[in-house]
Amino acid sequence: MSDIVNSNLRHQQNSKEKKQPVPISPVLRITISALVIIGLWQSIVVIFEMPSFILPAPLAVFERLIERHEVLLKHTLVTAQEIVFGLLLGLFMGLFFALQMLLFKPVKHWLLPILIASQAIPVFAIAPVLMLWLGYGIASKIVMAALIIFFPVTTCCYDGLRNTPTGYLDLAKTMGATKLQMLRHIQLPASLPTLASGIRVAVVIAPIGAVAGEWVGSSAGLGYLMLQANARMMIDEMFAALLILSALSVLLYFVTDKALKKLIPWEK
Amino acid sequence: MLMSSSSLAMLEPENGKDSLAVSMTITKGYLRYNDSTTPVLSNLNMVMPAGQWTCILGRSGCGKTSMLRYLAGLLDQQVTWSGELSINANNREQPDFSNQIAYMAQQDLLLPWLSVLDNVTLSSKFGAETSKADKDKAQFLLAKVGLADNAHRFPQHLSGGMRQRVALARTLMQDKPVVLMDEPFSALDAVTRYRLQDLACELLKDKTVVLITHEPQEAIRLADHIYIMQGNPAGAERLQVPSTATPRPFDAECAQLQQQIMTCLAQEYGAEYE
Repeated sequence: MSDIVNSNLRHQQNSKEKKQPVPISPVLRITISALVIIGLWQSIVVIFEMPSFILPAPLAVFERLIERHEVLLKHTLVTAQEIVFGLLLGLFMGLFFALQMLLFKPVKHWLLPILIASQAIPVFAIAPVLMLWLGYGIASKIVMAALIIFFPVTTCCYDGLRNTPTGYLDLAKTMGATKLQMLRHIQLPASLPTLASGIRVAVVIAPIGAVAGEWVGSSAGLGYLMLQANARMMIDEMFAALLILSALSVLLYFVTDKALKKLIPWEK
Repeated sequence: MLMSSSSLAMLEPENGKDSLAVSMTITKGYLRYNDSTTPVLSNLNMVMPAGQWTCILGRSGCGKTSMLRYLAGLLDQQVTWSGELSINANNREQPDFSNQIAYMAQQDLLLPWLSVLDNVTLSSKFGAETSKADKDKAQFLLAKVGLADNAHRFPQHLSGGMRQRVALARTLMQDKPVVLMDEPFSALDAVTRYRLQDLACELLKDKTVVLITHEPQEAIRLADHIYIMQGNPAGAERLQVPSTATPRPFDAECAQLQQQIMTCLAQEYGAEYE
């Protein structure tokens, strides 16, 4: 009897599933998009008879990717390090300054105009100065990546802290919360969804800072490798580095997005 | 660990620490928004006796929420309040509430990052450390509001009625002699509202409750005292309430009172449309 009911249920579920469009997993979607882009790329090379020093064929790039994997891996690790540490530093600075602006009104009045003005100076323009001060190593690139994400992180974090629903604050106040307890138990957690969107932006633009830093002056990293390959007309190697860089950015974004969704399940 | 019924009784808010009976009297209350020249409230006189429910009715914008916020200590800088508030705790005058109020708003104000249990024990985050006894008490209160099995779920997975019941448990957990409520049931559907009114009435029967509402029936069911705030600027007028026990079944006397309230409120709106 129960078997019949079960099979009936299963049957219903099956028919329901058929009506809805089949859900495509994100991994599959990315794979399909990547294949389409590679297909377009290959057809452009074939149709327009692109010389390999302008646009190498995808196959040539993959060959180079495998052939030079040791070198590429070494430089990828350097760039990945710069991005991750830059992110951490930038997030920490952004959070710190947002808190200062929230807690001390004068800090906000003095700091906010400077922050906005600082955005008028392109980070790329100060890159040479950073090389001069911090050297050709990893430190100057970490600072570059941190600087480029500093503004979006600070403003998001500050907005999140400032716009706590007043009801939560009222409730905490009637419970006798001190200013610091209010910050820790209400304002900080309530700001997390807004901060998360800041972090998502930061994760996308931090690699730009790191690679731009490498272009200006470095002895390692994917940006450095691309410059070297370009100078030696090894365009397929340049594309291989570019491919890794894109994959790295996409991977970073998805990992961060997954982690944030897990950490902030109430986020809409 | 299993608890015997006697140890459970120990956790009853009524039998906890020696409960205070707090009554409040407002004399010559006056309230004005700083950006306006005319006051919202003027010559407001109101008595809120200890251990009883005082319901306040009035059209929207008449200043009833501001008055409640004044009692809760939540008035901000944009409002001028004057008037005398005398607080009497166990027959002794007190200068202020000094941590004797709990506040329940129209929204349940459950924090989405805390589990139901942690929301109930929220006040312990702002005071003493959370002890095992606190957790047991919270669990007991959740059982009382019928949510014993939901302690570890998160607010976003609960229905509106369940959420407001958690808010009620949180208010009970605070165990304050005065409970200020600002239309706490207004966002709920009729049946849920009815049940929650009964529950609140039962669980808060020994508290001094001030309930703001725009629903005459709600006031009639639950109030020991009813005030209507009316006029411009508004004052408060006290209405005669049936002497039966709350929550009241709706009888002829209640119907008459509802008619009276509607007439009072309609006058207000009439003045607006003229």
